[in-house]
Formats: sequence, structure tokens, C-alpha cells
Amino acid sequence: MADDIKVDVTMDLKGLKCPLPVVKVSQQVKKMQVGQVLVAETTDPGAHADFPAWAKTSGNEIINIVKEGDASKFFIKKLK
Amino acid sequence: MDIQKALSDLQAQMQELRDGTQNKLSMVVFSGDLDRLLASFVIANGAVAMGMEVVMFFTFWATPALRDKKKKGKGKDFFGKMFGFMLPKGPSKVTLSKMNMGGMGTGMMKYLMKKKNIQSLDEMIALAGELGVKMYVCEMSMDLMGLKHEEMIDYPDLQFVGVAKFLEEAGSSKIQLFI
Repeated sequence: MADDIKVDVTMDLKGLKCPLPVVKVSQQVKKMQVGQVLVAETTDPGAHADFPAWAKTSGNEIINIVKEGDASKFFIKKLK
Repeated sequence: MDIQKALSDLQAQMQELRDGTQNKLSMVVFSGDLDRLLASFVIANGAVAMGMEVVMFFTFWATPALRDKKKKGKGKDFFGKMFGFMLPKGPSKVTLSKMNMGGMGTGMMKYLMKKKNIQSLDEMIALAGELGVKMYVCEMSMDLMGLKHEEMIDYPDLQFVGVAKFLEEAGSSKIQLFI
């Protein structure tokens, strides 16, 4: 399924610790257009709780999560 | 009783409540301990990511933690000099509230933070500045401890204020914290 999604921006956030992953993602999403997709790759285990919480609060959507070993890719669609 | 009037009164009150509360976090940073300061800045920077406006009010022991180690306050009296000497000189000099062990514990914690790629307090403060976190510094604490404006860190949005300014911000905030 992940292959079907058109990705506009990819961010490598591996190694960054709380709160940097959400800080960086929120800054990046601000620069993007509505409907564009950002892929954020992180190794922060807290991200599995933090990214959905951030998406819900900021009104954006996580359309897919792909786990690859210690890292996870979050596919984030900008909705507003 | 006029139902129509009661309803419109209620609507007006609701609107007032809605307008009065902004998507804002107000924090009193009272502690000058490294651990509590780290927690304060993680929350502050995280809150900006969550789309909130953030105001930090530094008072009492947190005030000297915002000194710049390279700067000097001019014209201090005896007590001011004593306080200046005894209080930590800036973010890199604050210590843990527990397990400090004469500085060994704090040193070990800083080493671990670096190893685990966790931002230092200095880096967190710089990030807060970039993100537009507002810093208010309690003028009374400055005066009490004999601290001078010119010896504080360079920060984009730092103001010296009284308690009323903080209360105004806290009153219109969604979340208020005391750390």
C-alpha cells in the first residue's frame, strides 16, 4: 500500500529525541501545501503516541505507518 | 421568564468564554534545577509543535538560570555581588535536584544526554527562541537577587515584567503550569 502513495517530502529524523520529531514535522508541514504528503522516518519509540496526538491536534492525518526494524515511517497528509 | 432572552444571554456568555481562552500555554518556571528546566523546555517546544502559543514566566530560582556566563552586571551592591557569586551563572551551570553528588551526578547526566542525542538545555533554549516562545522574567526576582538586565542571555523575545502581566497571559490560556 505504501508504494501507491505519492510522497512530496521525506524527512530523516532518526536519532532525534522528544520533542524534536514533532517540532521538526510541524515546522515542515507548515511549509507544505494542503493535500501534500510528508514521510517522517524516526527511531523515537514515543513517536507512535506523539505523531497521532500531534496529527489529531493540528488537524492533519497519518495515512500510513511502516515499521522497518527500529525505525518507523509515518506518512502524514496535510489537511489544513 | 423570557426564554428568548435567556438563550441569547447564554449565547453571549458562551462566546465570551470562547474568545477569552486562546490556544496558549502559560508556564511559571520557579525552579532553577536542571531537571525541571529541561522538562519546562521540552513541554514548551512540544507545545509550539502542537500549534500553541507559549509563554514562560521565570521567577525566583529560575531567574539566575537565564544569566549569560560571558556577561557581567554593573553597579551591584554587596548582597547583589554575593548572590551573583553563589547562584548558578546561566543554563550550563544549573544542577540536578537529585543525585547531584557535588556535580558528579549532573556531569554524568549531561554525558548521558549527549550520548543519547538529547538536546542540552542551551540547545533547547535556542530552539525555543527560534520557535517564538515568549520569555517573561520576573522583575522582582531580578531586583531581589541583585541581577541586572544586561547580564541575561540574548533571547529574541525576552521581557522583564511583573506578576500582572503573567496573570493576564495565564487567564487567557488553555493550560497553566507551575514548574
